Amino acid sequence: MATMATPLPPLRCATLLLLAVLVGVLASTARADLVISKAERRVDLTSHIVRVLASLKVENVGPDPVSQVLLAFPNIQAKNLAAIRAFSSEGNAKSQSTVLPIEVVQPSGAPPELTFFSALLPKPLEKGKSLNLDVLTVFTHSLQPFPEEITQADAQLVVYQDSAHYLSPYPVKSQALTIRLPGGRVESYTRQPNAKLVNSELKYGPFTDLPPFSYSPVIVHFENNNPFAVAKELVREIEISHWGNVQITEHYNIVHGGARLKGEFSRIDYQSRPYVRGVSSFRHLIASLPPRAHSIYYRDEIGNISTSHLWGDSKKTQLEIEPRFPLFGGWQTTFTIGYGLPLQDFVFTSDGKRFLNITFGAPMEEILIEKLTVKVVLPEGSKDIEVSVPFPVKQSQEVKYSHLDIAGRPVVVLEKPGVIPEHNLYFQVYYRFNNISLLREPMMLITGFFLLFVACIVYMRTDMSISKNSPSYLAKLQWDEVQATVQKIEGMFEQYLGVHDKLEASLRDLSRTGDIQTCKAARKAADAQFKELSKELKPLLTSLQSSPQSYQIWPKVEDLISKEREMQEKLMTRHSTVVDSFEKKLRGQDVENRIAQQQQKIAALRQEIESLLEYISEI
Amino acid sequence: MAEPEVSSAASAGGWRLRNAFGGVLCAFTLLLIGVLAFSIRLFSVIKYESVIHEFDPYFNFRVTQFLSKNGIYEFWNWFDDRTWYPLGRVIGGTVYPGLTLTAGTIWWLLNSLNIPLSVETVCVFTAPIFSANASWATYLLTKEAKGTGAGLMAAAILAMVPSYISRSVAGSYDNEAVAIFALIFTFYLYVKTLNTGSLFYATLNALSYFYMVCSWGGYTFIINLIPMHVLLCIVTGRYSSRLYIAYAPLVILGTLLAALVPVVGFNAVMTSEHFASFLVFIILHVVALVYYIKGLLTPRLFKVAMTFVITVGLTYASKYIPIIASVSEHQPPTWPSYFMDINVLAFLIPAGIISCFLPLSDASSFMVLYLVTAVYFSGVMVRLMLVLAPAACILSGIALSAAFDVLTRSIKFQLSKLFDDSPAASGDSSPESSSAGTVNTNSTKSESRTEKSETAPKEKPSKKNRKKEKEVAESVPVRPKKEKRLLVLPFELSVMGILLLIVLGGFYVVHCVWAAAEAYSAPSIVLTSRNRDGLHVFDDFREAYGWLSHNTDVDDKVASWWDYGYQTTAMANRTVIVDNNTWNNTHIATVGTAMSSPEKAAWEIFNSLDVKYVLVVFGGLVGYPSDDINKFLWMVRIGGGVFPHIKEADYLRDGNYRVDAQATPTMLNCLMYKLCYYRFVETDGKGYDRVRGYEIGKKHFKLTHFEEVFTTHHWMVRIYKLKPQKNRVRGKLKKLKSNSKTSSTLAAGQKKNPWQ
Repeated sequence: MATMATPLPPLRCATLLLLAVLVGVLASTARADLVISKAERRVDLTSHIVRVLASLKVENVGPDPVSQVLLAFPNIQAKNLAAIRAFSSEGNAKSQSTVLPIEVVQPSGAPPELTFFSALLPKPLEKGKSLNLDVLTVFTHSLQPFPEEITQADAQLVVYQDSAHYLSPYPVKSQALTIRLPGGRVESYTRQPNAKLVNSELKYGPFTDLPPFSYSPVIVHFENNNPFAVAKELVREIEISHWGNVQITEHYNIVHGGARLKGEFSRIDYQSRPYVRGVSSFRHLIASLPPRAHSIYYRDEIGNISTSHLWGDSKKTQLEIEPRFPLFGGWQTTFTIGYGLPLQDFVFTSDGKRFLNITFGAPMEEILIEKLTVKVVLPEGSKDIEVSVPFPVKQSQEVKYSHLDIAGRPVVVLEKPGVIPEHNLYFQVYYRFNNISLLREPMMLITGFFLLFVACIVYMRTDMSISKNSPSYLAKLQWDEVQATVQKIEGMFEQYLGVHDKLEASLRDLSRTGDIQTCKAARKAADAQFKELSKELKPLLTSLQSSPQSYQIWPKVEDLISKEREMQEKLMTRHSTVVDSFEKKLRGQDVENRIAQQQQKIAALRQEIESLLEYISEI
Repeated sequence: MAEPEVSSAASAGGWRLRNAFGGVLCAFTLLLIGVLAFSIRLFSVIKYESVIHEFDPYFNFRVTQFLSKNGIYEFWNWFDDRTWYPLGRVIGGTVYPGLTLTAGTIWWLLNSLNIPLSVETVCVFTAPIFSANASWATYLLTKEAKGTGAGLMAAAILAMVPSYISRSVAGSYDNEAVAIFALIFTFYLYVKTLNTGSLFYATLNALSYFYMVCSWGGYTFIINLIPMHVLLCIVTGRYSSRLYIAYAPLVILGTLLAALVPVVGFNAVMTSEHFASFLVFIILHVVALVYYIKGLLTPRLFKVAMTFVITVGLTYASKYIPIIASVSEHQPPTWPSYFMDINVLAFLIPAGIISCFLPLSDASSFMVLYLVTAVYFSGVMVRLMLVLAPAACILSGIALSAAFDVLTRSIKFQLSKLFDDSPAASGDSSPESSSAGTVNTNSTKSESRTEKSETAPKEKPSKKNRKKEKEVAESVPVRPKKEKRLLVLPFELSVMGILLLIVLGGFYVVHCVWAAAEAYSAPSIVLTSRNRDGLHVFDDFREAYGWLSHNTDVDDKVASWWDYGYQTTAMANRTVIVDNNTWNNTHIATVGTAMSSPEKAAWEIFNSLDVKYVLVVFGGLVGYPSDDINKFLWMVRIGGGVFPHIKEADYLRDGNYRVDAQATPTMLNCLMYKLCYYRFVETDGKGYDRVRGYEIGKKHFKLTHFEEVFTTHHWMVRIYKLKPQKNRVRGKLKKLKSNSKTSSTLAAGQKKNPWQ
């Protein structure tokens, strides 16, 4: 049962000793106007982010009203301090509490090993009055894994150091310290007469009437297997589109910040008993996204990661993501999650200005972000940008070009190191934006396509040739003409053929009905049509002949015409023969015999004409 | 001149309007075909995700990333030290840069327009975009040969031909995706030049050929096919000045441009694949000269000269084919793969060939030649099926278009007859029906055959009919007119024919969509299985690569079989020993030897190569068949080919490859076995391997020189770390030394490890 069975990291010990000495020397210099009549501290060590809530009852015993309360922290703690908040409530504990502004001060004569914060009271504390002050401090990196390297099967042990006494520049009348542990094994803790460990709660105290700057180091060495999720870097990009969407993209680089894994990782051990062989690892993270989040994705640079689950209700959307592999101590991974949010939930207008009102930190539970960069991408054309963040951040501006931008989108870049869930506060970005600017890109596209079509029309309709006198150009013109003429000639011949068909039809009618008169009439009509057609054909032929480009076609056309003439004659003679024979009431067989020769010729001619026509049309 | 102009303007107005409407309809159809080609390839993105597929695309993707980050000059000079450790690889001089430059240019263009797309997205969608381009190029090519209708048909068929889909789904970022477009477009420009005789197109043709050379090693197909066609034209007496213009500039400009591509360089004039083009170039000039002096020669002399040329041409052609054939190392395809990849097109092709022969032009003879050579090459090597696909599509397009042409025309004709002279129809029913009867019997036969063999040699019956017709002409005088020289089928039969063709097309579309959705869309990097609970995703590869990239030092060397080299460098960004660019056989053999050696010898080989991690792929737990144990014999063979102390027989029991209790001790003690099955028995207590289907031979063993550092969720990838050398006591060291000496004397005269 030896206390301090495990040695502390040596450097730390030395600092603490030095501190204790200095505290003794400087105790007298502190002003004793204020007295802390009661101090209760509760330290929460259940996660890797250490939260200390100190409830102080401050009494003014001096003659003058006091307007600020000093809070002291050793530097070694102060450098891990991620957030500090103080709430005051007058007299009764039940009354309304107000948040006090806090600033770093360096009172004269104060030891350099201490960092002082001053909480400004809303109204000065009168003589003899007392005040309840709650101070919440959050520390990161305060749990040191010890041993620093463990195997897969080992539980993770961590060391926490603090003072059993409340370190204060004021005398403390009565105080107590409660440390809440996550449960599980407690390797050791600093034994003191009034220290006791009950149900994973370690209590020190009560102590009474301690002078200012009392310090009594205590060390707890215990098992903590909660995920030590540390984001080495997180870039959140919030892009506002006034078409109705706020798109959030978060790039994480996550590392397990606990004790490093040593030796091998055996999947069989991990799979068979994950809560024994792999107890120090974590395999999933939970992100609480705002309600009505949509189009959620989860991926990394080599593609989509399929292990994620999503639940949603009207209050929140919960996303459980599982990295590609379980994270053991020292292992790291990167991934990106993205989601869209409805615009009306996060962007509002006031006094003609619009403002974005959205939380600052990451949506992940219990994650420590070593470096957070929030980029708010405002729509193109936003002006008068102002940012209001409830804590100090580093601000800068840049320009992002995306989706057909011309001027680029203004980007507000906010950077903050050491971000914890307590920083998940709303911040505002005010800007002016004209709705007309929304239409800029659609109009640009419309104009672009319009111009493209106009260009096409112009190109098709205008003559783009450089020289109007060049032989090739003239030849082309002539060729076009020839083609048009040939097309018309073809049309003519189609008509000719139609007339031929009609003649044939009349003959067939004759054979059926024996009506000679109609047949004759048909012949007459055909004759007239032939004449008309040949009249029409003449000018076309002359123009075709005169054209120098028609040398290729002309012989064929000539051939065609002669063939057609021949066929016309043949048809007519056959027609008349048939009609004659009908008039003479010859037998069908005789008629057939008489016209058989002609019939054959006509068929051949017809075929030739058609092949010629086809040939011409192919040209 | 003025008078006819006016009249033509008046009468041609309607015609022009109709033409314009046709043009717009055609453009719109082409647009839809492009959309179809693009969207049918998106199944992989919809069913899986937007991710690069398989192995080679990862390399191309990595090169593109480098290009977009460092610019073109850095790219040409890129010496990659993250692969083939310790040799490295000159990337700039050994890749076909076409695909990379294309995607890089698209990315650059989009980014300069401020459209923020990642390089990965551009790479994933490059293949579908180029498929759309390829279908448009097919339209142009077929249109040159057979007109717009056939062009549209061919474009639509190509947009969804499974053979091409297999290489160009979204994410399949490989050379072939771009190259097929370049191939078709080069052919189009060649045919266009042949048809127009324009030097402008000839120059474009050379540029397009240059793009093809940049894109794919298959450019040799072009530079052999075009000379063959030129030769064919010469032999068949189709020489013209257009042929000269189409070919001569292509050879000169194309060769000069091809020599600019680093990976080709002087090969463009020095290797045998290119000799064909030069020989034909010379022949062409001889022929040109012969034609020039033809007038001076007597016809007899000319004939002699021609026969000389023909014999030269033939001997040449018989010589050159084996050259290409010898390049192929791949297996010839099986019949089912033809049906899988080109489906009903295989049956439509003969019809297309016949249709091409009906009026044989330069362009259609080119199509036929392209098809014939492509069929030959695809028969030699299954990979070249890809070259066959466009030819098959074009000819099927021609066939279908011609078939529809005949059928719709006959319907139109019958309809107009029905409406126009319905009284006449009843009158001449006797001769008409008799003639129609003869046609019917003819055409029904041919039609039914058509539907059975899917080839509608629609012109064939017409030809036959025409011949018959002449014989019958005397007896049936009315026939020729009705026939209108083209086959006119009876109304019902035409409707039936159209319906059957539509069913056939529907069958093809269904098959293509199935192939795109089910057969060719798996990215192979993510596997899925469907069971009772729904879809189960196996994402082990990326899990392992992600682990490597985040939790190992950036300069660590990872050894694995070469299949995973490209992926490891691209996804995990770690240096590998060998990768899929299998240019150094000795190096691969070294890794193969290490994998097939016992643990200690393997450790020594790996240690001498600075290897820190060894990655093996193991499918025994979930039943993933293409794992390292199944590939292991290749490692033994390749390793044994260079280092003879590895003997394949040692790993086989009676000629059988097995890892169960019957396996040889050499097999059970080799590194690959141990790394795969380390602690595998603890999963189910028996060590049942689901791929091999039996219990493994050696179940309980320990690793002494390696330690497990990571195994993925389904055990598909296992990563081991080489243990550091132990501090040894002197005596032990001596003993070890003597041991190694004895072993080396045993293996005297044999190379054991080249790196020591």
